Amino acid sequence: MTFESAVFYFFSVVLLGSAAMVVTIRNPVKSALFLVLAFVSAACIWMLLKAEFLAIVLVLVYVGAVMVLFLFVVMMIDVNLAVLRQGFGEYLPIGGLVAVLMVMEIALAVGPRQLAPTRIAAAAVHAPAAHVSNTRALGLLLYTTYVYPFEIAAAILLVAIIAAIALTMRRRPDTKYQDPARQVEVQARDRMRLVKMPAEPKT
Amino acid sequence: MVSLSQYLILAAALFAIGVVGVFLNRKNLVVLLMAIELILLAVNLNFVAFSHFLWGMSGQVFVFFVLTVAAAESAIGLAILIVLFRNRRTINVDDLDTLKG
Repeated sequence: MTFESAVFYFFSVVLLGSAAMVVTIRNPVKSALFLVLAFVSAACIWMLLKAEFLAIVLVLVYVGAVMVLFLFVVMMIDVNLAVLRQGFGEYLPIGGLVAVLMVMEIALAVGPRQLAPTRIAAAAVHAPAAHVSNTRALGLLLYTTYVYPFEIAAAILLVAIIAAIALTMRRRPDTKYQDPARQVEVQARDRMRLVKMPAEPKT
Repeated sequence: MVSLSQYLILAAALFAIGVVGVFLNRKNLVVLLMAIELILLAVNLNFVAFSHFLWGMSGQVFVFFVLTVAAAESAIGLAILIVLFRNRRTINVDDLDTLKG
């Protein structure tokens, strides 16, 4: 077994094991932490596939941002775990059957017999460009050929930000806040009343 | 040397675990979202593997966009979850039957 195979099998076992823990463990906080482990293992496998930029992006965006968001939400809401675990094993047989059948079918479809290395090499679209780094190649594509989808992706992120804020923001009735328009419009006579009265003699 | 088939079968197993997660955690909305993240990760692994073995960069560009959309999806999903919990004090899928669907 070569070193590459050993690394691949190690990270595959960690990935599949942590993914199984994500869906079976009782506590959602631990499940989120196992999902972090799964993402890091997947990033290492992507490194093995020479997709360095995407591996780093997976760690930065998913582990750094999305999983922190998940952990934040899981810890903020207090859920009754006993109710949520009701009927947990009820669909395990049918779900397991579906999963095993699915893996077997896909393994038949993409097994070594169908995807022999010679056929893969015949289907390759480009000659290998070894002198350009992965990040540079991806950037060259993103900012030339795919610049329009790239802008749309940016717009989608903006929409997601606005939607998330608009959904979760609430104005509490007892909060005191300033209205700048009313502050500007105020007149002196609204605030100050001059009262004329005769002077009182000193007693 | 690791072949393309091994990567694809690994991705298939990851996808199947995600599907089992949807089956098992029908009531817990947070873990359902996590299972969807696992499924998306499996799909991305397929894209990266094909991109590597076919020497094309388009697969990696597509993974980039999938990551963008998945991040937006989970952000909005969790925001909806927060609003739901604030209004109903539950994230149990069985309790969300207001529409009587």
